[in-house]
Amino acid sequence: MQVYNGKSVFGGIAIGRIYVYGKGEKQVKRERTQDPEAEIRRYREATGTAIEQLSGLYEKALQEVGESGAAIFEIHQMMLEDDDYQDSIENIITTQSVNAEYAVAQTADNFASMFASMEDDYMRGRAADVKDISERLLAILQGTQEQGIRAKEPVIIVADDLAPSETVQLDKDMVLSFVTAHGSLNSHTAILARTMGIPALVDARLPLDETVDGMLGIVDGAGGMIYIDPDEDTLARMQKAREEEQEKKELLQTLKGRENITLDGQSILLYANIGNIKDLAMVLQNDAGGIGLFRSEFLYLEREQFPTEEEQFQIYRTVAETMGKKRVIIRTLDIGADKQCDYFQLEKEENPALGCRAIRICLTRPEIFKTQLRALFRASMYGKIAIMYPMITSVKEVRRIKEIVEEVKRELDSQGVAYGNPEQGIMIETPAAAIISDLLAREVDFFSIGTNDLTQYLLAVDRQNTALDEFCDIHHPAILRMISLVVENSHKAGIWTGICGELGADPELTKEFLAMGVDELSVSPGRILPLRKAILETDVSEYKKNRQKKW
Amino acid sequence: MKEFKYVITDPEGIHARPAGELVKAAKAFECSIKLAKDGKVGDCKKIFGIMSLGVKKDNEVVLTFDGADEDAAYEAISKFMQEKL
Repeated sequence: MQVYNGKSVFGGIAIGRIYVYGKGEKQVKRERTQDPEAEIRRYREATGTAIEQLSGLYEKALQEVGESGAAIFEIHQMMLEDDDYQDSIENIITTQSVNAEYAVAQTADNFASMFASMEDDYMRGRAADVKDISERLLAILQGTQEQGIRAKEPVIIVADDLAPSETVQLDKDMVLSFVTAHGSLNSHTAILARTMGIPALVDARLPLDETVDGMLGIVDGAGGMIYIDPDEDTLARMQKAREEEQEKKELLQTLKGRENITLDGQSILLYANIGNIKDLAMVLQNDAGGIGLFRSEFLYLEREQFPTEEEQFQIYRTVAETMGKKRVIIRTLDIGADKQCDYFQLEKEENPALGCRAIRICLTRPEIFKTQLRALFRASMYGKIAIMYPMITSVKEVRRIKEIVEEVKRELDSQGVAYGNPEQGIMIETPAAAIISDLLAREVDFFSIGTNDLTQYLLAVDRQNTALDEFCDIHHPAILRMISLVVENSHKAGIWTGICGELGADPELTKEFLAMGVDELSVSPGRILPLRKAILETDVSEYKKNRQKKW
Repeated sequence: MKEFKYVITDPEGIHARPAGELVKAAKAFECSIKLAKDGKVGDCKKIFGIMSLGVKKDNEVVLTFDGADEDAAYEAISKFMQEKL
């Protein structure tokens, strides 16, 4: 058995024969020609054919992986049409009186080495694009177009590196997994594999010879391993893992598109928590009913200056448009405590968890807050955005927020800028807010309980401090009582309550939350379908009859 | 001739995809459109030229438009930069 370790592109387990995918090294000979004009004509015709092929691939990729994965083929067309690239090839043909193949290969080397010498990893990866388009030209010129997979059953594709065009041309039904000896996690191939959702590794540094080709292989995508010619124990272990994974996957797939409704007819909303626009694909794949918590911090963190209104607007708009009619709850900036940004120039604090954070920054520095509000209100034109304010402790704060919102609207009006009318709600994450939730409920459209901070403030326990684990009972009766109180108060005022902290995804509490009448649970995308399953199997009235209330 | 200065805000800079979009947008105009970064100049109608500048976030770039339809090009390309980059 040989074992190689690579970088994981996508999880999952694949077991099957290995197929070493060779490019069939194209030998390019330098040949002198008497008729450079004819060579230039051959080259131009090949370019035309290549562009036609690429636009076909674009259409195919559009179907298979969507616009963002397909865009590369449009870029490849532009590269083929690039004047510098074309001039270089035609120049070599004319000045050296050589064949088109040689001129293409020479130009490809020159352009690829330009990218390979760049500082930026991403740009270095683009050398592969130059090679890809040039190899396409060579194949057309030499009449040796790409071979498909010559195998009777689905295989694990092992290659040195795969060009985007190669990945798309492969017959997907024949591919169990991709493993490349080189290549980066940023390569288009990695992106495509992720979108296809099959186990894949890059940079596995394995040989591409007869010790690998045709052997039985196991790819453990999540573990980043490929086992070649596995021993019996490994094979048995991985087969079992694959079966379990398969069962789980099939079961969850049957849950897609179903409503979150209990056996006795109570329904609940299941939304997703996300921290970056990149997580949107996961939200859609897991069939979330909306976004229950979009942390806007990523716009502020890891940068040196405040994000502009326009920047924020574009991102909020993209999220709103992508989600369409589904609700997108965006939390205004929650900087401070464990999330620090130098350019905010916050004072150093003795106790940041109880310090100037989240809405407290927004209320003391309204100019930062207003920029975000303008972007949010403008983006609300494009979907169902709801705004959520964090770290609220008093009615006074909510009223102050409303005044600022009114100022923002007036400014937008006077500038003739269009905006929507988003719902506005607050996080209930301080004991104070929970206790006066009856008063707060009259001021807002919804509540979302942030159980992480609520737990820490209620129990006076720092959750990051592992030495305190025995004192941190996340199912503490005080927490459950608080949640129940908040739900009750919200319903009396005719508004709804969700839970967006980690507790929302806790399977031990799902029934309890249903019994309390919680209206929405917002969890990480991967938890949605398992939760839906639990909900579909719950009979709330039965549970209420038998439950022993521990709080 | 018209000029437009801009600081890139896109976290990934002008990578392949926006470079492609920029070229597509620039090719719609007759006038010459050049992009300069730190004294290096690329032609906005050539994708390799743009990509080889390696423009990253927070870099300042200067676009120059020269030709008959430079006003329209300035309008469209500066809008593109603000929205996409």
